[in-house]
Amino acid sequence: MSDALLSLTDVVKYFPVQTGHLRRSRDMVHAVDGVSFEVRRGETLGLVGETGCGKSTLARCISRLFELTSGQIIFDGRDISRLRPRQLRPLRREMQMIFQDPYGSLNPKRRVGSIIGDPFAIHGTASGAERKRRVQEAMELVGLNPEHYNRFPSEFSGGQRQRIGVARALALRPKLIICDEPVSALDVSIQAQIINLLSDLQDQLDLTYVFIAHDLSVVRHVSDRVALMYLGKVVEIAPAEELYQHPRHPYANALLSAVPIPDPIAAAKRERIVLVGDVPSPVHPPSGCNFHPRCPKAQDRCVVEEPSLLPRFDDDELHATACHFPVADGEDLSEARPAIGVEHRIVEPDTAGAPTGLGVSVAHGSPGSPESPEPVERRRS
Amino acid sequence: MALLEVKDLYVSFSTMDGVVQAVRGVSFSVDRGQTLGIVGESGSGKSVATQTVTGLTRGAKISGQALFEGKDLLTMTQKELRSVRGAKIGMIFQDPLSSLHPYYRIGWQIVEMIHAHEPGTPKAKARARAVDLLRLVGIPQPERRIDDYPHQFSGGMRQRAMIAMAMSLNPVLLIADEPTTALDVTVQAQVLRVIERLQTEFGTAVILITHDLGVIAEVADDVVVMYAGAAMESGARDEIFYEYHHPYTEGLLRSLPAYGEERERLRPIPGQPPSLIRLPSGCPFHPRCPYVFDRCRSETPPLDPTWGGPGHRSACWLPHTKAEREAVRDRVIGEAVPS
Ligand SMILES: Nc1ncnc2c1ncn2[C@@H]1O[C@H](COP(=O)(O)OP(=O)(O)OP(=O)(O)O)[C@@H](O)[C@H]1O
Ligand SMILES: Nc1ncnc2c1ncn2[C@@H]1O[C@H](COP(=O)(O)OP(=O)(O)OP(=O)(O)O)[C@@H](O)[C@H]1O
Ligand code: SF4
Ligand code: SF4
Ligand SMILES: [Mg+2]
Ligand SMILES: [Mg+2]
Repeated sequence: MSDALLSLTDVVKYFPVQTGHLRRSRDMVHAVDGVSFEVRRGETLGLVGETGCGKSTLARCISRLFELTSGQIIFDGRDISRLRPRQLRPLRREMQMIFQDPYGSLNPKRRVGSIIGDPFAIHGTASGAERKRRVQEAMELVGLNPEHYNRFPSEFSGGQRQRIGVARALALRPKLIICDEPVSALDVSIQAQIINLLSDLQDQLDLTYVFIAHDLSVVRHVSDRVALMYLGKVVEIAPAEELYQHPRHPYANALLSAVPIPDPIAAAKRERIVLVGDVPSPVHPPSGCNFHPRCPKAQDRCVVEEPSLLPRFDDDELHATACHFPVADGEDLSEARPAIGVEHRIVEPDTAGAPTGLGVSVAHGSPGSPESPEPVERRRS
Repeated sequence: MALLEVKDLYVSFSTMDGVVQAVRGVSFSVDRGQTLGIVGESGSGKSVATQTVTGLTRGAKISGQALFEGKDLLTMTQKELRSVRGAKIGMIFQDPLSSLHPYYRIGWQIVEMIHAHEPGTPKAKARARAVDLLRLVGIPQPERRIDDYPHQFSGGMRQRAMIAMAMSLNPVLLIADEPTTALDVTVQAQVLRVIERLQTEFGTAVILITHDLGVIAEVADDVVVMYAGAAMESGARDEIFYEYHHPYTEGLLRSLPAYGEERERLRPIPGQPPSLIRLPSGCPFHPRCPYVFDRCRSETPPLDPTWGGPGHRSACWLPHTKAEREAVRDRVIGEAVPS
């Protein structure tokens, strides 16, 4: 692939584990653990995986909001892996991020026009009337009314706020946009509006996207190719349809079989592969293939030897899978059972350190006063 | 008689900006062993409706009826309600602010729950029941994990622990408000399976609130589709998915990326959901509806029967016969897809 806009080689990002208030232990969170792939000009690469697998960390490494622990990132022919903060400024013009939270990422006290105009101000590319003109142009591009230039973010709905985020990202006409869960916080009926907007803009402005989401049907819809991550590593990467039609990695199979299908008849026909256990802690990832404690096909070799990301069977070079025992077309995984010898069987504490879902509560769940349940106050933004 | 029958429920809040009409005349019912799915977008009144029924809404103006085993929950005293909640109605909330108590061991919290409602249960017996419950919801090595603190559990495990707690007194009704929304799909599949199993084993009725039509497709028997505080359509699950009448239901289904089909342009519902303080006149969906005609702007359509089964109703002025409804769709949506 010579027309790569972005190319990652063995990118690693570890975080020290925070224990207690000030103490730092020697333990490391293996957030991104050796990721390599390329993104070609004009394509959308989807990045999927479950909570805590390292998608956002990888996004922040690519945009160099984080220092890399090791590895190399080439962007538009240039090695950006070791650039210093000051040297990063030109990069910011060419690479932008759109974030998940359309509420949290906009300063509530500032007017929308000045928020979208920030990039011009920071990079000194336009000021005064010229800036206003370009901001209004950007607003129009993303379907906002340019007359709302002086409004505050709170006067916009969630979907409109996400459009503001898109307008700001587009202001300087970047080459690459990294979208980190751009539609996850939006209502079903609004999600589709933003997805269409992103795809129209891609056609008009020749953009390249890295599109992160945990919703597999959304990713399938927007992506040319999809990379699936598990515990800091890419376990399978392939053209989108190829991955969804011929998933090779047991985890890809399980994940796809668990996606709720909004079609009762199709849902009833589908075989579920239910995984056991939770995602292990990224502080002490399992040995060998890090999926082995949950894998229905695991064997002794998986415990000791890490599989490389390679084309399997007669898949073409674009479809690579990191698994010693990939899943063949038509193979039924729902009955598969791991065959790990006694010497390799370790009792894995399945307390996943990292992923914290949101709390769910029982109305009378306060053990201090089980007799006096407090009504749950709904807090809304 | 239905286990729970909610009739013409209205809930409104006075706020600085004006009166928020959160729930406007909603009716639904659920039978033993059945799952009722409530869908609709953010702010459509799903949580307020169910929390009001169980007496957990404060500072609101409420009217209507909520008959549970024949008795009206809305007129019960707090004391009566308290004994119903937990013992007969288990609740799982999506609320990060009031999750499991962080300072107490998981097992202790469940045991305490059992004691609160069944004083006199021997300690060992309550603890054994807690272990069983944790096993039932798929917590591995429950004998050991029962003494963990909540932070030692992963998000998915905590969610399951909370289901265990909600189920600890064998409630006849489980109200689950977005129980899986923040979970990964593999864990979500596990949790939904747990709820289903409890249901077949104990005949528990379930009200499942979600905005995920995929989850509804998998587990609901009946469905209520809410928009702007009111039910737009209700019916058996397959009626909602394959024989929908209401344009909002249609819009929701059409805006999803088609699963397993060629990549094509999505067909979103245009516009934004309305403010609940200043509702549109007539049909609340009219500003976004591709079928809108004059009458929709001035008169609010009632939730009337359609051609489907007895429970299939839709609040829309379009013709209520199948052939006519389909003819309108072909005419309006058929060639030009609004976007
Ligand atoms: N600043 C940080 N310090 C320590 N650990 C971190 C930090 N940021 C992320 N992590 C950890 O790194 C791992 C990867 O996190 P990341 O946010 O990249 O996951 P993600 O795939 O984006 O998940 P999600 O789908 O929940 O957004 C997690 O275990 C997380 O707890
Ligand atoms: N205590 C309150 N005071 C004022 N308004 C409230 C209060 N509680 C809820 N509301 C409003 O009532 C409406 C319905 O809220 P509700 O929480 O039922 O929505 P929902 O359908 O559950 O949405 P979501 O999918 O986001 O959970 C919202 O507009 C909300 O802002
Ligand atoms: S390498 Fe082994 S454990 Fe890993 S996914 Fe493949 S079969 Fe499973
Ligand atoms: S009543 Fe009119 S505006 Fe409302 S959903 Fe039906 S056709 Fe659309
Ligand atoms: Mg993330
Ligand atoms: Mg809610």
